[in-house]
Amino acid sequence: MKEAKIVTRDLTLHYGLKMALNSINLHIPEKEVTAFIGPSGCGKSTFLRCLNRMNDLIPSVHIKGEILIDGLDIYQKKIDVVNLRKKIGMVFQKSNPFAKSIFENVAYGPKINGISDKKKLTEIVESSLKNAAIWDEVKDRMHDSALGLSGGQQQRLCIARTLAVEPEIILMDEPASALDPISTGKIEELIFELKKKYTIVIVTHNMQQAARVSDHTAFFYLGELIEFGKTRKIFTAPDIKQTEEYITGRFG
Amino acid sequence: MRLKNKIIGGAITTASALSVVLILAIIIIILVVTIIGGKDKLTWEFLTSFPADGMMKGGIFPAIYGTALLVIVMSIAAVPFGTITAIYLTEYAHEKSWIAQTIRFAVRTLATVPSIIFGLFGLGFFIKFVGVGMDNWFMGGQLRWAQPNLLWGSLTMALLTLPVVIVSVEEAIRTVPRELREASLALGATKWQTIKKVVIPGSISGIMTGTILAVGRGAGEVAPILFTGAAYYLATLPTSVSDQFMNLGYHIYVMSTQSSNVDQTLPIQFATTLVLLMLTFSLNLTAVLIRSRLRRRLK
Ligand SMILES: Nc1ncnc2c1ncn2[C@@H]1O[C@H](COP(=O)(O)OP(=O)(O)O)[C@@H](O)[C@H]1O
Ligand SMILES: [Mg+2]
Repeated sequence: MKEAKIVTRDLTLHYGLKMALNSINLHIPEKEVTAFIGPSGCGKSTFLRCLNRMNDLIPSVHIKGEILIDGLDIYQKKIDVVNLRKKIGMVFQKSNPFAKSIFENVAYGPKINGISDKKKLTEIVESSLKNAAIWDEVKDRMHDSALGLSGGQQQRLCIARTLAVEPEIILMDEPASALDPISTGKIEELIFELKKKYTIVIVTHNMQQAARVSDHTAFFYLGELIEFGKTRKIFTAPDIKQTEEYITGRFG
Repeated sequence: MRLKNKIIGGAITTASALSVVLILAIIIIILVVTIIGGKDKLTWEFLTSFPADGMMKGGIFPAIYGTALLVIVMSIAAVPFGTITAIYLTEYAHEKSWIAQTIRFAVRTLATVPSIIFGLFGLGFFIKFVGVGMDNWFMGGQLRWAQPNLLWGSLTMALLTLPVVIVSVEEAIRTVPRELREASLALGATKWQTIKKVVIPGSISGIMTGTILAVGRGAGEVAPILFTGAAYYLATLPTSVSDQFMNLGYHIYVMSTQSSNVDQTLPIQFATTLVLLMLTFSLNLTAVLIRSRLRRRLK
């Protein structure tokens, strides 16, 4: 296993009084794809949103334990959340492009980072769209509204928008769950390409998808991490009975 | 029991239907009466000329002009201030914090205060306090700001219309989906960048609705400007915010109560009323249309 990019130690999260994550210990390796699986409501999204501190937005959330990224505790007081989030991109379950042009969507991140040179921006936008495998479909309509794209295109645009900030980690929360099989296939191919450069964490409740795209799989159940290991092992010879039951479709 | 419910239900339905009919009837009567009374007078000439012969003849141009200036200066004050307040309330204040609750209470209260009280407040605060202070500090005691003018009238009107702006903008801000804010924050935008680049652009239609509603309200109210800026008659148009101004609503009031011959000016009164009615009516209609589009987007 490659070096761990993200390490969590006894990560426990409550929404008010309700516990959503119970003492999670996990090592997420660098420049590989780690999939989170488990029945809905088991805490996958909650865990993912801890990694870029998106849960900070929810007032009832209380977090104990540590999350280390490159060895640094991201919940320390002195951490600048805004900078942290530049390093950790996120792709959401429901594609959420801004009501702006395709160009402006991708340029959004670079612009808030202070890049205003038109030529530089155009370069970044173009390379991001290429890396997100959507350039050919949008290159002639850069200044049309992003809302006119199909669902699958919107989701790849959101990935391009994330890439434009040059993150190190990309978090994806069921990025293909609302898409048709062809678009899903494109996203999966894309993930395969992206892991050469990025550490990717993907939540999915599509078992085949996890098996296809990921190197490691973590199985969550009722807020606990039940099992974590190489995807091949989890899907062929899991150590724990619950994992096997879930994977073979006997519950969840 | 079921019969009783039926009777109550039937009674309520009948009562609502009756009140709808009654309201429609009143609106139609008002419209018909003003149209019949004013249609002959309502010409391009009437809209573009000054009153003449002690306001017994002539047009209402200065009143239209003054009303327009009033609502413009009022909007310049009320829209940014109301928008900022709405942003503070929705984005920054904790729902239960005492400061948010105080602002909400103040906004609700402001909306129920009779408009003449605003006029008196404007007189006391803007003219007798701020104006006198400005004259003493900047004008060496010379009288310039301590009297009714466009600025004080507009600011007083802005206070009156502030709740309308705040409520509309708040409503619009709440329709900006959480997913878009999260997308922005996840890209490393600060909260303020997110507000500036995602929340405010997404609330433009609400800010517009609020502005139009406020303008519609401000165009029709007279009491707030009675002591703070409106003039009975002016031979010239105002050229600075320290000038007084004429106003459509006040003009109607003046001609129907202060004129030397009320009956003779009746057509002028009707025509002026018609102008004011059409103005406020079309403004409100526009606001309703924008708002319904916004609501549809919500679904
Ligand atoms: N904002 C929230 N407030 C309270 N409870 C929440 C919130 N978000 C999620 N939960 C609860 O936390 C648990 C885990 O949710 P989630 O992380 O969304 O699960 P998953 O992504 O695995 O479906 C669920 O029981 C859910 O009801
Ligand atoms: Mg989820």
